[in-house]
Amino acid sequence: MNAVVERGKHVKAAMDNGRMMQSAACRASAKSAQASYGSQAGQGDLPTEVWKKVKNHPCYSEDAHHHYARMHVAVAPACNIQCNYCNRKYDCANESRPGVVSEKLTPEQAVRKVLAVATTIPQMTVLGIAGPGDPLANPAKTFKTFELVAEAAPDIKLCLSTNGLALPDHIDTIARLKIDHVTITINMVDPEIGAKIYPWIFFNHKRYTGIDAARILTDRQLQGLEMLSERGILCKVNSVMIPNINDDHLIEVNKAVKSRGAFLHNIMPLISAPEHGTVFGLKGQRGPTAQELKALQDACGGELKMMRHCRQCRADAVGLLGEDRRAEFTTDQVMKMDVQYDLEMRKAYQERVEHERAAKVAAAQNERAEMSGEMSPITLLVAVATKGSGLINEHFGHAKEFQVYELSTSGAKFVGHRRVDVYCQSGYGEEDRLSAIMRGIHDCHAVFISKIGGCPKSNLIKAGIEPVDQYAYEFIEKSAIAWFRSYLDKVKRGEIQHVQRSDAAIRQGSLISAG
Amino acid sequence: MPFKIISSQCTSCSACEPLCPNVAISEKGGSFVIEAAKCTECVGHFDEPQCAAACPVDNTCVVDTSLPRYQGASLKRDPHERHAKSCC
Repeated sequence: MNAVVERGKHVKAAMDNGRMMQSAACRASAKSAQASYGSQAGQGDLPTEVWKKVKNHPCYSEDAHHHYARMHVAVAPACNIQCNYCNRKYDCANESRPGVVSEKLTPEQAVRKVLAVATTIPQMTVLGIAGPGDPLANPAKTFKTFELVAEAAPDIKLCLSTNGLALPDHIDTIARLKIDHVTITINMVDPEIGAKIYPWIFFNHKRYTGIDAARILTDRQLQGLEMLSERGILCKVNSVMIPNINDDHLIEVNKAVKSRGAFLHNIMPLISAPEHGTVFGLKGQRGPTAQELKALQDACGGELKMMRHCRQCRADAVGLLGEDRRAEFTTDQVMKMDVQYDLEMRKAYQERVEHERAAKVAAAQNERAEMSGEMSPITLLVAVATKGSGLINEHFGHAKEFQVYELSTSGAKFVGHRRVDVYCQSGYGEEDRLSAIMRGIHDCHAVFISKIGGCPKSNLIKAGIEPVDQYAYEFIEKSAIAWFRSYLDKVKRGEIQHVQRSDAAIRQGSLISAG
Repeated sequence: MPFKIISSQCTSCSACEPLCPNVAISEKGGSFVIEAAKCTECVGHFDEPQCAAACPVDNTCVVDTSLPRYQGASLKRDPHERHAKSCC
């Protein structure tokens, strides 16, 4: 274990320098991981050719999202439908919400930004266009951007996210430009339900409303999905879970999209704070609780692979999921940067990331092997503070989110994340925020952090959540399984009694950054 | 009557610009404007004015009542209505 602790510390130091270094311990760990390196670890039930395409895509592979970054360029401001959960006018600087951007770019500005980010963040592997409107309602700008990027940075994967209304008209262009992945937001397959979500669409030069609008939209979405599947273009489906409107219906949607070839389904909670000014927000339509969301995702899980690590990013997000570095890449700054696109440097960096990943997978496998033979009906949730690389490497007070893992005798499974307001403000903790954080992880038995202050520590213990800091800078899954084994031991010995925990709240307001 | 865009409400999303059959819409100072002399309310092209139909912010592309009526276009918009009126 010491070797891993040592290696973890090295990784942290290297990450802080913006570079990854290789230490003797690191090489040793990587070597021990050779058995699984290049194997199907993390692949699950995905076919090999699909896994190859997605294994380094942070939005598609839960494991990749610890290691690889993505960026969105906001070149597509116009939209062709209106959704009751969307308002693109409001922009809070630290908000993660689709449709929100601080500045719009021309395709030429976008390419420069992509090259600047790819040079500064070599683990950036994916460029997405996701609005702030609909990429396919802005086909000229969207495809021009993709063309320019493909020419200047051929190793970057291209993807786009659309509402699907214009999708069937653009399939040939999508195929010609070798766009790797498409995401379609499908919230219903029943026009009556659709009429409650979409006030109008603009199609064939006409505005349609009500059930007519929803019928056209669902027909076009499903037709587009089928056309993508026929051409072998990978397609993920996003759905927004809106309690009492489409929550039960999403099981139906899940079946419909699976049968038409979608390979991943991402059910996201409705974001509807009144201050966002959306129709749902103003009407008081609530979003789901953490347990409601998990129950629906679990109910759909048997049908189609579910995505649970979505951060509902802004349309101009940059960096790892859950971390936003877009402030470093405003147009002014990008224009000043000396951009030298170095494909070899990027490849070398990504190879080191792959070694890191393999070591992580191997460590978790070893820990799981230790637990084999243990039988217990107990499953529980734990929260983890992390800055990426699959390590427990964030202070409690600095965490902008907690990643949630479900632990059982079969191992540690990532089930989602909880956004929180940063507790520590210039060295002092804020009481209100602490109670909000505790509401956000109230269903967890423990929280793993690299460090925690005395005050939040005692408050967490009082609330029945164990603060665990002895695995600082170690791998998340391996540590979580090790902790779970000692938990089961204590239960067996009668030292502690296992109790179920109650539900948690999903944070709805805009995010407030650390001062 | 020609249409205008209320700039304080315009989110500068550009949805209207490519839809205008008369190429009357362009960006100026962070918001979009309609050149009144070119606007025909889409008469002869579409059933409804495209800028207003596509605009995501209600009541932002509106009739500019301060300008004189665009006679040629309005006469063509609904010949039956005009005929009915002249009969009465």
